[in-house]
Amino acid sequence: MRLTADGLAARRGEDLIFKDVSFDLRTGESLVLTGRNGSGKSTLLRVVAGLLRPESGRVEWYSESAESGMRAAEACHYLGHRNAMKAELSVAENLAFWKNFFGDVKGGHGLPVYEAAELVGLGSIVHLPFGYLSAGQQRRMAFAKLLVAYRPVWILDEATAALDVNAEGVFTTLINAHLSEGGILLAATHQPLGLENARELRMTGFAGVGEGTW
Amino acid sequence: MTALLLRDLKLSVRAGGGALIGVLFFMTVVAVIPFGVGPDLNLLSRIGPAIVWIGALLSALLGLDRLFQTDREDGSLDLLLMQEHPLVLTVLLKCLAHWLGNGLPLVIASPLLGLFMNMSEMAIGATMLTLLVGTPALTFIGAVGAAVAVALPRGGLLVSILVLPLAIPVLIFGVSASYAAVEDPAPFMPPFLILVAITMFFAVLGPLGAALALRNASD
Repeated sequence: MRLTADGLAARRGEDLIFKDVSFDLRTGESLVLTGRNGSGKSTLLRVVAGLLRPESGRVEWYSESAESGMRAAEACHYLGHRNAMKAELSVAENLAFWKNFFGDVKGGHGLPVYEAAELVGLGSIVHLPFGYLSAGQQRRMAFAKLLVAYRPVWILDEATAALDVNAEGVFTTLINAHLSEGGILLAATHQPLGLENARELRMTGFAGVGEGTW
Repeated sequence: MTALLLRDLKLSVRAGGGALIGVLFFMTVVAVIPFGVGPDLNLLSRIGPAIVWIGALLSALLGLDRLFQTDREDGSLDLLLMQEHPLVLTVLLKCLAHWLGNGLPLVIASPLLGLFMNMSEMAIGATMLTLLVGTPALTFIGAVGAAVAVALPRGGLLVSILVLPLAIPVLIFGVSASYAAVEDPAPFMPPFLILVAITMFFAVLGPLGAALALRNASD
Protein backbone atom coordinates (compact mmCIF):
# COMPACT_ATOMS: atom_id res chain seq x y z
CA MET A 1 0.00 0.00 0.00
CA ARG A 2 1.25 3.39 -0.84
CA LEU A 3 -0.08 6.92 -0.48
CA THR A 4 1.77 9.51 -2.52
CA ALA A 5 1.38 13.21 -2.94
CA ASP A 6 3.13 14.86 -5.80
CA GLY A 7 3.83 18.60 -5.95
CA LEU A 8 0.73 19.64 -4.05
CA ALA A 9 -0.18 23.29 -3.87
CA ALA A 10 -3.31 24.76 -2.35
CA ARG A 11 -4.90 28.14 -2.23
CA ARG A 12 -7.21 29.74 0.28
CA GLY A 13 -8.79 32.75 -1.32
CA GLU A 14 -6.03 34.63 -3.12
CA ASP A 15 -3.10 33.30 -1.14
CA LEU A 16 -1.09 30.28 -1.99
CA ILE A 17 -0.78 28.48 1.35
CA PHE A 18 1.80 25.93 0.32
CA LYS A 19 3.30 24.57 -2.85
CA ASP A 20 5.45 21.68 -3.97
CA VAL A 21 4.58 19.45 -1.05
CA SER A 22 5.40 15.86 -1.87
CA PHE A 23 5.51 12.75 0.23
CA ASP A 24 5.47 9.03 -0.25
CA LEU A 25 4.07 6.88 2.55
CA ARG A 26 4.16 3.11 2.51
CA THR A 27 2.70 0.38 4.69
CA GLY A 28 3.22 1.10 8.37
CA GLU A 29 4.65 4.58 7.89
CA SER A 30 3.47 7.78 9.45
CA LEU A 31 3.92 11.45 8.70
CA VAL A 32 3.37 14.14 11.29
CA LEU A 33 2.68 17.68 10.17
CA THR A 34 3.90 20.39 12.48
CA GLY A 35 4.00 24.14 12.25
CA ARG A 36 2.37 27.13 13.82
CA ASN A 37 -1.32 28.01 13.51
CA GLY A 38 -2.32 28.96 10.01
CA SER A 39 0.64 27.29 8.39
CA GLY A 40 -1.57 25.10 6.24
CA LYS A 41 -1.58 21.79 8.11
CA SER A 42 -5.35 21.40 8.05
CA THR A 43 -5.50 22.57 4.46
CA LEU A 44 -3.00 19.93 3.41
CA LEU A 45 -4.96 17.24 5.23
CA ARG A 46 -8.19 18.35 3.58
CA VAL A 47 -6.50 18.26 0.18
CA VAL A 48 -5.29 14.70 0.81
CA ALA A 49 -8.78 13.72 1.99
CA GLY A 50 -10.17 15.06 -1.28
CA LEU A 51 -12.23 17.76 0.44
CA LEU A 52 -10.34 20.65 -1.15
CA ARG A 53 -9.22 20.76 -4.72
CA PRO A 54 -5.44 21.23 -4.97
CA GLU A 55 -4.19 24.15 -7.04
CA SER A 56 -1.72 21.76 -8.63
CA GLY A 57 -0.29 18.34 -8.01
CA ARG A 58 -2.13 15.18 -7.09
CA VAL A 59 -2.69 12.58 -4.43
CA GLU A 60 -2.59 8.94 -5.39
CA TRP A 61 -3.33 5.69 -3.69
CA TYR A 62 -1.93 2.32 -4.70
CA SER A 63 -2.85 -0.96 -3.13
CA GLU A 64 -2.77 -4.57 -4.25
CA SER A 65 -6.35 -5.14 -3.17
CA ALA A 66 -7.84 -1.85 -4.36
CA GLU A 67 -9.90 -1.63 -7.48
CA SER A 68 -8.27 0.50 -10.13
CA GLY A 69 -9.38 4.10 -10.23
CA MET A 70 -10.13 4.23 -6.52
CA ARG A 71 -9.86 7.77 -5.19
CA ALA A 72 -7.35 8.22 -2.39
CA ALA A 73 -10.13 9.69 -0.23
CA GLU A 74 -11.99 6.39 -0.25
CA ALA A 75 -9.11 4.69 1.54
CA CYS A 76 -8.98 7.37 4.23
CA HIS A 77 -10.54 8.00 7.60
CA TYR A 78 -10.64 11.73 8.26
CA LEU A 79 -10.96 13.01 11.82
CA GLY A 80 -11.19 16.77 11.60
CA HIS A 81 -11.82 19.44 14.19
CA ARG A 82 -15.47 18.51 14.32
CA ASN A 83 -16.61 15.12 15.51
CA ALA A 84 -19.19 14.27 12.82
CA MET A 85 -21.52 12.79 15.41
CA LYS A 86 -25.13 13.80 16.04
CA ALA A 87 -25.88 15.14 19.50
CA GLU A 88 -29.49 13.90 19.33
CA LEU A 89 -28.57 10.27 18.72
CA SER A 90 -27.05 7.91 21.24
CA VAL A 91 -23.38 7.04 20.91
CA ALA A 92 -24.25 3.50 19.83
CA GLU A 93 -26.62 4.79 17.14
CA ASN A 94 -23.97 7.20 15.87
CA LEU A 95 -21.27 4.55 15.69
CA ALA A 96 -23.61 1.96 14.18
CA PHE A 97 -24.60 4.44 11.48
CA TRP A 98 -21.02 5.21 10.52
CA LYS A 99 -20.05 1.54 10.64
CA ASN A 100 -22.86 0.75 8.24
CA PHE A 101 -22.33 3.78 6.01
CA PHE A 102 -18.54 3.53 5.77
CA GLY A 103 -18.39 -0.19 5.09
CA ASP A 104 -14.98 -1.84 5.08
CA VAL A 105 -12.34 -1.22 2.47
CA LYS A 106 -10.82 -4.47 1.19
CA GLY A 107 -8.03 -5.78 3.36
CA GLY A 108 -9.47 -5.45 6.84
CA HIS A 109 -12.49 -5.45 9.08
CA GLY A 110 -13.96 -2.89 11.44
CA LEU A 111 -14.66 -3.72 15.04
CA PRO A 112 -18.17 -4.08 16.46
CA VAL A 113 -19.53 -0.85 17.94
CA TYR A 114 -19.30 -1.96 21.54
CA GLU A 115 -15.74 -3.20 21.22
CA ALA A 116 -14.62 0.06 19.61
CA ALA A 117 -16.17 2.07 22.44
CA GLU A 118 -14.49 -0.23 24.94
CA LEU A 119 -11.11 0.38 23.30
CA VAL A 120 -11.37 4.13 23.78
CA GLY A 121 -12.31 3.45 27.40
CA LEU A 122 -15.99 4.39 27.26
CA GLY A 123 -17.76 1.06 26.73
CA SER A 124 -20.19 1.71 29.57
CA ILE A 125 -21.83 4.85 28.20
CA VAL A 126 -22.72 3.96 24.61
CA HIS A 127 -26.43 4.24 25.42
CA LEU A 128 -26.21 7.96 26.26
CA PRO A 129 -27.05 10.64 23.73
CA PHE A 130 -23.82 11.96 22.21
CA GLY A 131 -24.72 15.49 23.30
CA TYR A 132 -24.59 14.52 26.99
CA LEU A 133 -20.91 13.62 26.81
CA SER A 134 -18.10 15.94 27.85
CA ALA A 135 -15.84 17.43 25.16
CA GLY A 136 -13.11 14.90 25.89
CA GLN A 137 -15.51 11.97 25.86
CA GLN A 138 -16.98 13.18 22.57
CA ARG A 139 -13.51 13.30 21.09
CA ARG A 140 -12.81 9.76 22.25
CA MET A 141 -16.05 8.56 20.69
CA ALA A 142 -15.20 10.35 17.46
CA PHE A 143 -11.95 8.40 17.53
CA ALA A 144 -13.88 5.16 18.04
CA LYS A 145 -15.48 5.97 14.69
CA LEU A 146 -12.13 5.17 13.05
CA LEU A 147 -12.20 1.70 14.56
CA VAL A 148 -15.68 0.58 13.50
CA ALA A 149 -14.83 0.54 9.80
CA TYR A 150 -11.53 -0.39 8.22
CA ARG A 151 -9.60 2.22 6.30
CA PRO A 152 -5.87 1.80 5.66
CA VAL A 153 -5.11 5.52 5.93
CA TRP A 154 -5.95 7.63 8.96
CA ILE A 155 -5.90 11.39 8.59
CA LEU A 156 -6.02 13.05 11.99
CA ASP A 157 -6.31 16.79 12.42
CA GLU A 158 -5.47 17.81 15.99
CA ALA A 159 -6.96 14.56 17.24
CA THR A 160 -5.67 15.01 20.77
CA ALA A 161 -7.11 18.45 21.47
CA ALA A 162 -9.34 18.50 24.61
CA LEU A 163 -7.95 15.21 25.86
CA ASP A 164 -6.44 14.21 29.19
CA VAL A 165 -3.07 12.47 29.44
CA ASN A 166 -4.72 9.08 29.84
CA ALA A 167 -6.71 9.49 26.62
CA GLU A 168 -3.62 10.63 24.75
CA GLY A 169 -1.99 7.38 25.84
CA VAL A 170 -4.99 5.40 24.60
CA PHE A 171 -4.85 7.17 21.25
CA THR A 172 -1.12 6.54 20.89
CA THR A 173 -1.66 2.84 21.58
CA LEU A 174 -4.45 2.62 19.02
CA ILE A 175 -2.46 4.52 16.41
CA ASN A 176 0.55 2.29 16.96
CA ALA A 177 -1.67 -0.79 16.64
CA HIS A 178 -3.02 0.58 13.37
CA LEU A 179 0.49 1.21 12.05
CA SER A 180 1.75 -2.21 13.08
CA GLU A 181 -1.12 -3.78 11.15
CA GLY A 182 0.17 -2.03 8.06
CA GLY A 183 -1.84 1.17 8.23
CA ILE A 184 -0.69 4.62 7.23
CA LEU A 185 -1.05 7.72 9.37
CA LEU A 186 -1.09 11.36 8.41
CA ALA A 187 -1.53 13.65 11.39
CA ALA A 188 -1.34 17.32 12.19
CA THR A 189 -0.49 18.01 15.77
CA HIS A 190 1.05 20.39 18.27
CA GLN A 191 1.68 17.82 20.98
CA PRO A 192 4.04 14.94 20.30
CA LEU A 193 1.98 11.83 19.62
CA GLY A 194 4.64 9.49 20.97
CA LEU A 195 5.03 7.56 17.74
CA GLU A 196 8.17 5.69 16.85
CA ASN A 197 9.79 6.38 13.47
CA ALA A 198 7.32 9.09 12.56
CA ARG A 199 8.57 11.38 9.86
CA GLU A 200 7.95 15.05 10.28
CA LEU A 201 6.86 17.61 7.74
CA ARG A 202 7.28 21.13 9.01
CA MET A 203 4.85 23.54 7.42
CA THR A 204 6.18 27.07 7.26
CA GLY A 205 3.07 28.70 5.96
CA PHE A 206 2.93 32.25 4.74
CA ALA A 207 6.64 32.88 5.27
CA GLY A 208 7.32 32.92 1.58
CA VAL A 209 5.81 29.73 0.33
CA GLY A 210 5.49 26.61 2.45
CA GLU A 211 8.40 24.34 1.99
CA GLY A 212 8.41 20.69 2.79
CA THR A 213 11.42 19.60 4.80
CA TRP A 214 11.88 16.18 6.24
CA MET B 1 -27.09 3.38 2.39
CA THR B 2 -30.42 2.73 4.08
CA ALA B 3 -28.58 3.56 7.30
CA LEU B 4 -28.42 7.18 6.12
CA LEU B 5 -32.16 7.22 5.43
CA LEU B 6 -32.92 5.79 8.87
CA ARG B 7 -30.54 8.15 10.63
CA ASP B 8 -32.02 11.23 8.95
CA LEU B 9 -35.54 10.03 9.73
CA LYS B 10 -34.62 9.52 13.38
CA LEU B 11 -33.06 12.98 13.50
CA SER B 12 -36.13 14.61 11.99
CA VAL B 13 -38.43 13.21 14.69
CA ARG B 14 -36.08 13.66 17.65
CA ALA B 15 -35.88 16.94 19.53
CA GLY B 16 -34.96 19.87 17.31
CA GLY B 17 -35.55 17.86 14.14
CA GLY B 18 -38.12 20.26 12.81
CA ALA B 19 -40.61 17.73 11.38
CA LEU B 20 -43.33 18.95 13.74
CA ILE B 21 -42.45 22.60 13.24
CA GLY B 22 -43.38 22.35 9.56
CA VAL B 23 -46.78 20.81 10.31
CA LEU B 24 -47.50 23.37 13.03
CA PHE B 25 -46.60 26.22 10.70
CA PHE B 26 -48.81 24.69 8.00
CA MET B 27 -51.72 24.48 10.43
CA THR B 28 -51.18 28.02 11.67
CA VAL B 29 -51.13 29.49 8.18
CA VAL B 30 -54.24 27.68 7.00
CA ALA B 31 -56.13 28.03 10.28
CA VAL B 32 -55.90 31.84 10.32
CA ILE B 33 -57.24 32.21 6.78
CA PRO B 34 -60.93 31.73 7.75
CA PHE B 35 -60.51 34.42 10.40
CA GLY B 36 -59.08 36.81 7.86
CA VAL B 37 -61.42 36.04 5.00
CA GLY B 38 -64.56 35.88 7.10
CA PRO B 39 -67.28 33.25 7.49
CA ASP B 40 -68.26 33.09 3.82
CA LEU B 41 -68.37 29.31 3.38
CA ASN B 42 -68.68 29.41 -0.41
CA LEU B 43 -65.67 31.67 -0.72
CA LEU B 44 -63.66 29.47 1.66
CA SER B 45 -64.43 26.30 -0.23
CA ARG B 46 -63.57 28.04 -3.51
CA ILE B 47 -60.14 29.24 -2.37
CA GLY B 48 -59.57 26.15 -0.18
CA PRO B 49 -57.29 24.05 -2.43
CA ALA B 50 -55.16 27.07 -3.29
CA ILE B 51 -54.74 28.07 0.37
CA VAL B 52 -53.85 24.54 1.43
CA TRP B 53 -51.30 24.31 -1.37
CA ILE B 54 -49.74 27.67 -0.55
CA GLY B 55 -49.56 26.70 3.13
CA ALA B 56 -47.87 23.43 2.23
CA LEU B 57 -45.43 25.18 -0.10
CA LEU B 58 -44.39 27.67 2.57
CA SER B 59 -44.00 25.01 5.25
CA ALA B 60 -42.00 22.82 2.87
CA LEU B 61 -39.61 25.74 2.31
CA LEU B 62 -39.31 26.33 6.04
CA GLY B 63 -37.07 23.41 6.94
CA LEU B 64 -35.11 23.13 3.70
CA ASP B 65 -32.03 25.11 4.71
CA ARG B 66 -31.25 22.51 7.38
CA LEU B 67 -31.05 19.72 4.82
CA PHE B 68 -27.26 19.85 4.54
CA GLN B 69 -26.38 22.53 7.05
CA THR B 70 -26.65 20.36 10.17
CA ASP B 71 -24.34 17.82 8.56
CA ARG B 72 -21.91 20.54 7.64
CA GLU B 73 -21.88 22.05 11.11
CA ASP B 74 -20.87 18.83 12.84
CA GLY B 75 -18.46 17.71 10.12
CA SER B 76 -20.55 14.77 8.87
CA LEU B 77 -20.80 16.30 5.43
CA ASP B 78 -17.03 15.95 4.91
CA LEU B 79 -17.27 12.24 5.60
CA LEU B 80 -20.31 11.83 3.36
CA LEU B 81 -18.35 13.48 0.54
CA MET B 82 -15.35 11.19 0.96
CA GLN B 83 -17.14 7.89 0.53
CA GLU B 84 -17.27 5.54 -2.38
CA HIS B 85 -21.06 5.88 -2.71
CA PRO B 86 -21.98 8.23 -5.55
CA LEU B 87 -22.77 11.61 -4.02
CA VAL B 88 -25.93 11.89 -6.15
CA LEU B 89 -27.30 8.80 -4.43
CA THR B 90 -26.39 10.14 -1.00
CA VAL B 91 -28.18 13.39 -1.78
CA LEU B 92 -31.20 11.54 -3.17
CA LEU B 93 -31.49 9.53 0.04
CA LYS B 94 -31.17 12.64 2.17
CA CYS B 95 -33.96 14.24 0.10
CA LEU B 96 -36.16 11.17 0.56
CA ALA B 97 -35.57 11.16 4.30
CA HIS B 98 -36.29 14.89 4.41
CA TRP B 99 -39.52 14.41 2.51
CA LEU B 100 -40.62 11.50 4.70
CA GLY B 101 -39.87 13.57 7.80
CA ASN B 102 -41.14 16.97 6.66
CA GLY B 103 -43.23 16.57 3.49
CA LEU B 104 -45.32 13.51 4.27
CA PRO B 105 -46.69 14.94 7.56
CA LEU B 106 -47.97 17.93 5.56
CA VAL B 107 -49.80 15.59 3.20
CA ILE B 108 -51.30 13.71 6.13
CA ALA B 109 -52.38 16.92 7.87
CA SER B 110 -53.96 18.41 4.76
CA PRO B 111 -57.42 16.72 5.03
CA LEU B 112 -57.91 18.24 8.47
CA LEU B 113 -57.07 21.66 7.09
CA GLY B 114 -59.38 21.01 4.16
CA LEU B 115 -62.20 20.79 6.70
CA PHE B 116 -61.25 24.22 8.06
CA MET B 117 -61.65 25.55 4.53
CA ASN B 118 -65.06 23.92 4.05
CA MET B 119 -63.79 21.86 1.12
CA SER B 120 -65.85 18.97 -0.29
CA GLU B 121 -64.62 15.38 0.11
CA MET B 122 -63.68 15.32 -3.55
CA ALA B 123 -61.62 18.49 -3.24
CA ILE B 124 -59.92 17.26 -0.07
CA GLY B 125 -59.02 13.97 -1.75
CA ALA B 126 -57.70 15.70 -4.86
CA THR B 127 -55.64 18.19 -2.83
CA MET B 128 -54.16 15.40 -0.75
CA LEU B 129 -53.27 13.41 -3.86
CA THR B 130 -51.67 16.38 -5.61
CA LEU B 131 -49.74 17.24 -2.46
CA LEU B 132 -48.52 13.67 -2.22
CA VAL B 133 -47.23 13.85 -5.78
CA GLY B 134 -46.07 17.47 -5.73
CA THR B 135 -44.28 17.95 -2.40
CA PRO B 136 -41.35 15.63 -3.31
CA ALA B 137 -40.61 18.01 -6.18
CA LEU B 138 -40.38 20.87 -3.67
CA THR B 139 -37.82 18.90 -1.67
CA PHE B 140 -35.75 18.05 -4.74
CA ILE B 141 -35.75 21.65 -5.97
CA GLY B 142 -35.01 22.85 -2.46
CA ALA B 143 -32.04 20.51 -2.19
CA VAL B 144 -30.24 22.51 -4.86
CA GLY B 145 -30.87 25.75 -3.00
CA ALA B 146 -29.84 24.18 0.30
CA ALA B 147 -26.62 22.88 -1.25
CA VAL B 148 -25.75 26.23 -2.78
CA ALA B 149 -26.34 28.05 0.51
CA VAL B 150 -24.77 25.37 2.70
CA ALA B 151 -21.73 27.45 3.62
CA LEU B 152 -23.73 30.54 4.55
CA PRO B 153 -24.41 30.90 8.27
CA ARG B 154 -27.91 32.36 7.85
CA GLY B 155 -28.90 30.87 4.54
CA GLY B 156 -32.49 30.09 5.47
CA LEU B 157 -34.25 32.98 3.80
CA LEU B 158 -31.85 32.88 0.86
CA VAL B 159 -32.74 29.24 0.20
CA SER B 160 -36.45 30.10 0.17
CA ILE B 161 -35.91 32.98 -2.24
CA LEU B 162 -33.72 30.88 -4.54
CA VAL B 163 -36.17 28.04 -4.56
CA LEU B 164 -39.49 29.85 -4.75
CA PRO B 165 -39.43 30.77 -8.47
CA LEU B 166 -38.62 27.19 -9.42
CA ALA B 167 -41.39 25.92 -7.17
CA ILE B 168 -44.06 28.06 -8.88
CA PRO B 169 -44.83 25.48 -11.64
CA VAL B 170 -45.40 22.85 -8.97
CA LEU B 171 -47.88 25.17 -7.27
CA ILE B 172 -49.64 26.03 -10.54
CA PHE B 173 -50.19 22.47 -11.65
CA GLY B 174 -50.90 21.20 -8.16
CA VAL B 175 -53.64 23.76 -7.62
CA SER B 176 -55.10 23.47 -11.12
CA ALA B 177 -55.32 19.68 -10.79
CA SER B 178 -57.05 20.06 -7.43
CA TYR B 179 -59.58 22.46 -8.94
CA ALA B 180 -60.09 20.27 -11.98
CA ALA B 181 -61.25 17.46 -9.72
CA VAL B 182 -64.17 19.51 -8.42
CA GLU B 183 -65.00 21.84 -11.32
CA ASP B 184 -66.57 19.97 -14.15
CA PRO B 185 -65.34 21.28 -17.49
CA ALA B 186 -61.63 21.07 -16.66
CA PRO B 187 -60.08 17.61 -16.95
CA PHE B 188 -58.10 16.33 -13.96
CA MET B 189 -55.52 14.16 -15.65
CA PRO B 190 -53.50 16.61 -17.81
CA PRO B 191 -52.40 18.97 -14.99
CA PHE B 192 -51.95 16.00 -12.67
CA LEU B 193 -49.72 14.17 -15.11
CA ILE B 194 -47.67 17.31 -15.72
CA LEU B 195 -47.24 17.52 -11.93
CA VAL B 196 -46.02 13.91 -11.90
CA ALA B 197 -43.62 14.75 -14.73
CA ILE B 198 -42.27 17.78 -12.86
CA THR B 199 -41.61 15.65 -9.78
CA MET B 200 -39.81 12.97 -11.77
CA PHE B 201 -37.81 15.56 -13.68
CA PHE B 202 -36.60 17.21 -10.49
CA ALA B 203 -35.99 13.85 -8.81
CA VAL B 204 -33.17 13.48 -11.35
CA LEU B 205 -32.04 17.06 -11.77
CA GLY B 206 -32.28 18.12 -8.11
CA PRO B 207 -29.84 15.60 -6.61
CA LEU B 208 -27.47 16.09 -9.56
CA GLY B 209 -27.40 19.85 -9.08
CA ALA B 210 -27.15 19.56 -5.31
CA ALA B 211 -24.27 17.06 -5.53
CA LEU B 212 -22.41 19.37 -7.91
CA ALA B 213 -22.93 22.33 -5.59
CA LEU B 214 -21.78 20.36 -2.54
CA ARG B 215 -18.61 19.19 -4.26
CA ASN B 216 -17.71 22.77 -5.04
CA ALA B 217 -18.91 24.31 -1.80
CA SER B 218 -16.21 22.77 0.37
CA ASP B 219 -14.64 25.93 1.80
